[in-house]
Amino acid sequence: MVIALVAFLVLRAAVVPQSFGEYGHFRGAAIAEIAARPIAHAGHDACEACHTDVVDQKKLGKHVVVPCEACHGALAKHADDPASVTPPKLDTAVVCARCHEANSAKPKTFPQVATADHSGGIACDTCHQPHKPKIEQTKTETKTEEHNLEAGGKK
Amino acid sequence: MDLTRRRLLMLLPAAAVAWKYVQAGTPEMSPNYKFTEHWWGMLIDIPKCIGCGSCVRACADENDVPDGYFRTWIERYHVADWKIEKPEVESPNGGKQGFPPNLDATGKNFFVPKLCNHCADSPCTQVCPVGATFVTPDGVVLVDKSYCLGCRYCVQACPYGCRFINPKTDTAEKCSLCYHRITKGLTTACCEVCPTGARQLADLKNPKDPIHEFLRNHTVQVLKPHMATGAKVFYNGMDGSVR
Repeated sequence: MVIALVAFLVLRAAVVPQSFGEYGHFRGAAIAEIAARPIAHAGHDACEACHTDVVDQKKLGKHVVVPCEACHGALAKHADDPASVTPPKLDTAVVCARCHEANSAKPKTFPQVATADHSGGIACDTCHQPHKPKIEQTKTETKTEEHNLEAGGKK
Repeated sequence: MDLTRRRLLMLLPAAAVAWKYVQAGTPEMSPNYKFTEHWWGMLIDIPKCIGCGSCVRACADENDVPDGYFRTWIERYHVADWKIEKPEVESPNGGKQGFPPNLDATGKNFFVPKLCNHCADSPCTQVCPVGATFVTPDGVVLVDKSYCLGCRYCVQACPYGCRFINPKTDTAEKCSLCYHRITKGLTTACCEVCPTGARQLADLKNPKDPIHEFLRNHTVQVLKPHMATGAKVFYNGMDGSVR
């Protein structure tokens, strides 16, 4: 009987992880293990530390609220080692349409276009500057104005 | 103290025990992070969601979510006039590549991002037979994948359908509220990339968190409140047809 009890206790000590029950009915060390995983998105603070020129440009337009990695993707590796890991060039015809393609389920106040009518699928950065997307209209640039009115863009 | 052979032999077992602790190590959390000081949740502002799928893509990148499985996803609701009980819901590939254009503007149309609700009284943790899933002291429901058997009880138990079995590891997986990010002082990947601010991480224990003012001034609901799960993902402007 005593031997069986001792054998049980020894087995139990060997099988049950040390931190089990530390905070509840689970392995306490798991919390720290999950917390220790590496990150993939650097966060816009990390981007803004170096790319101050882009931050200044974004401040002039509505895209100031759009975080960098929403378009550019997960770039923690680039933030860790900017020299060797460079972000891929984006295809604006795809990236811009993800948000701005017209859809009746989108909020009515959100700027939307049907890209087929608006641009015929050409890259948006042909006309728009992605960090400051509004096209400035001046009297001398009548062509831009015409294009914008045809495209249904707001003044 | 002279280190004689006798002393060395006496020290060795102690060193062996200590070495076990050294090897196990304390994986690095942010040094200032105390999980008794936080209680995490999320705020989702439905009128701001544009269904771009940035959150779904970011989540997959951040957490190596296999294709076809989702820790967070977006649903598009279409509630036809006179049919509030039977909304049409679709989520093509979880909304990862956004949604195909839908120019039919009749009825109500809107997007609802979904994720684990990090319930305070979570049904999924209660059914786990081995203690592989749990609520952390800061209110995040996590899965210990080295301890999970893959028995699928939790997948059935979650009333929100937030869990799946990862085909690579054959263990249960779900949104971890980017626990590896929030413990380092960052926000979750989905909140980080949301272009309209429709998703916001909220620390309900922090009196300075803007969530408190928001909850005071808005009509906010959680999913399936009748299940009394203590869900902590708050939806602003949610239509009554959302399930």
